[in-house]
Amino acid sequence: MEPFKNFIDVLTQPTLMLTLAMFTFPFFFPMNDWFDKWNRRLRLNLLWTKAGLIAVIIGLTLFFVVGVQDAEFRLIMLKPDNVPIVGLIFLVYFFMWVSMKQASDNDKLLSTGEKPNEYHDPDEKVLVWPDLVYVEFISLILCMCLLLVWSIGLDAPLEEPANPAATPNPSKAPWYFLGLQEMLVYFDPWLAGVVFPTIIIFGLMAIPYLDKNPEGSGYYQFKNRRLAISIYMFGWIILWVLLIIIGTFLRGPNWNFFGPFEYWDIHKLEPLTNINLSEIIYIKLFNTGLPSNILVREIFGFIVVFGYFLVFPPLLAKTVLKRIYLQLGNFGYGVFVFLLLCMLSLPIKMYLRWIFNLKYLIAIPEYFFNI
Amino acid sequence: MSDKKNIFERFGESQVWKSIFRSGVPRTRRQRMMSVLNSVFLHLHPVRLPRHAVKLKFTWCMGGLTFFLFLVLTISGILLMFYYRPTAEYAYTDMIDLGEQVPLGIMREIHRWGAHAMVITTWLHMFRVFMTGSYKPPREFNWSIGVLLLVLTLLLSFTGYLLPWDQLAMWAITVGGNMARATPFVGHEGPGAALLSIGDINFINMGADAKFALLGGRFVGEAALLRFYVLHCIGLPFVVMILMAVHFWRVRKDGGISGPT
Repeated sequence: MEPFKNFIDVLTQPTLMLTLAMFTFPFFFPMNDWFDKWNRRLRLNLLWTKAGLIAVIIGLTLFFVVGVQDAEFRLIMLKPDNVPIVGLIFLVYFFMWVSMKQASDNDKLLSTGEKPNEYHDPDEKVLVWPDLVYVEFISLILCMCLLLVWSIGLDAPLEEPANPAATPNPSKAPWYFLGLQEMLVYFDPWLAGVVFPTIIIFGLMAIPYLDKNPEGSGYYQFKNRRLAISIYMFGWIILWVLLIIIGTFLRGPNWNFFGPFEYWDIHKLEPLTNINLSEIIYIKLFNTGLPSNILVREIFGFIVVFGYFLVFPPLLAKTVLKRIYLQLGNFGYGVFVFLLLCMLSLPIKMYLRWIFNLKYLIAIPEYFFNI
Repeated sequence: MSDKKNIFERFGESQVWKSIFRSGVPRTRRQRMMSVLNSVFLHLHPVRLPRHAVKLKFTWCMGGLTFFLFLVLTISGILLMFYYRPTAEYAYTDMIDLGEQVPLGIMREIHRWGAHAMVITTWLHMFRVFMTGSYKPPREFNWSIGVLLLVLTLLLSFTGYLLPWDQLAMWAITVGGNMARATPFVGHEGPGAALLSIGDINFINMGADAKFALLGGRFVGEAALLRFYVLHCIGLPFVVMILMAVHFWRVRKDGGISGPT
């Protein structure tokens, strides 16, 4: 059992797990023909079949049943507030399966020129009473039953009385904000806590105005919407749900990483060797001290950040995103590509941290302006 | 003997029954349509729907369940308000009493687990709407309303998190509140806050910034508890109900449930 536990502890490290998730992601949700070819060649599309569903659910269940025998695993998984996230893992996969199964069925129908499964004769309608009312009624009774069983079986958490003098370690935000708290590792609070959440909200609200593809309105479908679905799934599954899972289960004292089978050692030491871009360039490369003028000191950071947001949009508009640029026009494309670059800045910053120990690209703590 | 009616049939024909349910027991097609049209609750629905729209595998009933959980949370929340006092002195002990002194004391559990469940059902509803492309014209605006409802759901859950007034609550809100002080321009540790000053006088300081506005103080204390309580019980539900009305209205007005043409 120990080798298995050690293997999982190593595998779940953010560096490894996020790398694996991000780089296998396009094979599961292919956004172009090349990935689609490999998706079929590696038989990953079997994931959206009934056998795939059964295999994954059994696999996940086995993992938790076996894992829960371990004291450390039990301690973290069965914390009352963490139980819903265990449920979330199952629910997210199940509903991903439900939608992707129907989408791949419809893709087959559409490729042979047929109508999607949802299509019915427009004249043939059903009455809300009783056809819909009973579905809703049964759903809400089942939901209430589940909620009652859950409430009787599991007490709501109540810790020691609030005490401003005793800071718990780790202090965690509510679980649905742990993705944001995980971002705090890589970004300053003004970005991770304020600017990015605002951009996420506006970005989500902008989706219908940026996705001009008329295909797939009102039925499940993947093939003709693969770019839109890939971007949404990447943001939701990897940059939101996966970060929540990491923040909930795998972050312990001092926000250090702990594998699911690892003891939460409060004395675990992580070397803090993060340095800023200005220090890398002036001290490591030029062997001089940092210049006293802030603008001179941070000029390289400004070049990198502004370059990122100024060079990539026209470059992408001429190459891979040409079709979208023509579809959306200057303004729409500008918004779209800005949102896309913001989203990708998180994985980019993660890798800069992991590879170069980079803390900030622009570091002006004098004005709380760190990127 | 055969025309003698049993008590239920007689009651069904009584003046009292007919005055409440005007269309009678919905047996015929006409009565079934009227029963939806005449009911203030059921007429959120149209009378007839395309066949795919009533299938569970299409809608997952997630929007409906989210609304249902909102009702469960409202009812259990009202019951909790009978017992709970939002002061530093009583809040925590009232929590203990809710579990130990109140008969059948699972109301707090229903409220807390229901809140977690509602966050999840909201995400899944959004996911379903995305995967069926139901945000496409003419339903763009309703998607945006839905995003606002998602944000409000998270804020409702966040404000409720403080109310038990235990360590979990206080420090989770402290983590959240610390983000507010880094807000650009209006947080005292945010970029640009120093620009809002005349000479040595900073307009944005520890005693007047976004964090102070959120918590009603420099740290999570009794003022924050009251502020979050009012937002949780009155402020946010008020906004949610208005947006929910718009959301449901627009589902109907934007052409009903989406479907292939």
